[in-house]
Amino acid sequence: MLPGSVPEALELLASDRAAIPIAGGTDVLVHWPIRLEAHDRTYVDLSPLDALRPLSWTADELVLGGLTTYWDVIQERRARDEFPLLAAAARQVGAIQIQARGTWAGNIVNASPAADGVPVLMAYDATVVLESRRGREEVPLDCFYSGYKEMQRRSDQLVVAIRIPRRRYSFQVFEKVGARRAQAIAKVGLAVTHSEAGWRVVAASVAPTIRRCRALERLLETGFGPQGPDDLFPAISQDVAPIDDIRSTASYRRRVMARLLFHGLREQWGRRA
Amino acid sequence: MTTLTMTFTLNGKQVSVSVDPVDRLLDTLRYQLALTGTKEGCGEGECGACTVHLDGLPVNSCLVPSYQVRGHRVDTIESLDPRALEPFERCGATQCGACTPGVVMTAWWIGQHADLLRTHTIRELMAGNLCRCTGYDGIVDSVAEALRETGGGRRET
Repeated sequence: MLPGSVPEALELLASDRAAIPIAGGTDVLVHWPIRLEAHDRTYVDLSPLDALRPLSWTADELVLGGLTTYWDVIQERRARDEFPLLAAAARQVGAIQIQARGTWAGNIVNASPAADGVPVLMAYDATVVLESRRGREEVPLDCFYSGYKEMQRRSDQLVVAIRIPRRRYSFQVFEKVGARRAQAIAKVGLAVTHSEAGWRVVAASVAPTIRRCRALERLLETGFGPQGPDDLFPAISQDVAPIDDIRSTASYRRRVMARLLFHGLREQWGRRA
Repeated sequence: MTTLTMTFTLNGKQVSVSVDPVDRLLDTLRYQLALTGTKEGCGEGECGACTVHLDGLPVNSCLVPSYQVRGHRVDTIESLDPRALEPFERCGATQCGACTPGVVMTAWWIGQHADLLRTHTIRELMAGNLCRCTGYDGIVDSVAEALRETGGGRRET
């Protein structure tokens, strides 16, 4: 299906609940020739909907469009300066060939627990703006996922924007550990920020969804000073539930997460926020 | 299944093709338009062998549905002046050749935008093109050398 406008796309999604929106295709077309079952489904091509492409700034927000790509953000100096983790994460998504096509909204709705874009958006308290024929709905990204590949998006809804509040950050870091530096899916991802809104600790590849680590956030708020990475294990085991899979093991992931946190926040531990 | 007749700009010329909704740009280029310079490696957007330029940016043509290029500009390895390959041959950037068309397409893009090297290294920009023969140093050297010859870029460290 080739809609010419956003309302037309919403109409198509409402009339066929099995239809799948397609933007850059970087998830949908993986191993396409052998996935015959995927060929018979209906796809709604979002690529001509230019209105969804640009990112924009307001006095208190950066708003990514539903079709804003990783490369769009990497190229935008202001986004690099004000939200450095967005650019840092975008630069670790595949390489230019993927960054040029992949979209932030696509990363959200693909709902991979190993996503690179979602952790930094969540650490910046982003809100997902969904639109359907029935109207607009906004869901904070940290409430968006309810389980593995389960999310607060109905099939007739399209992510039309991602709103990111502009704040003064006193700390921000994104770490990704993969098999190699580029073109790798995360074994562990971690985005940590501190602003007037408090600490945000977001972990990837260690639970069925990307998620905020509330126990770790509380620890940081209290000014707890761990002596070593192992002191973080109690909070980490409250927050995440990693698994053994093709890319790594649960115990390795827990250990890496503890070490990333301990060393990444070395200057911060023991300081009351 | 309905086919779609569409027009796009391929290597500077307008072309019209009928594509099936399941066709990938890679297959349309190779099997309908007989431009077999673009190679398929992994078919999952990992190796970059199928790199072409879409509206001036490198993309994996194995991940682009053909219908998405209607009205757009696509450039393939066939549009490149063969003389541009000279630094690659000289610096040991080519061996079996499977990755070479994709490597050259990304390198060409870097050459067109040498200002990218203010924020990126050649190695990072080339990270989407896997090569199992050369160990990458030859590729990075040849991109650096090509940039020097055309007056852009700086030395890779």
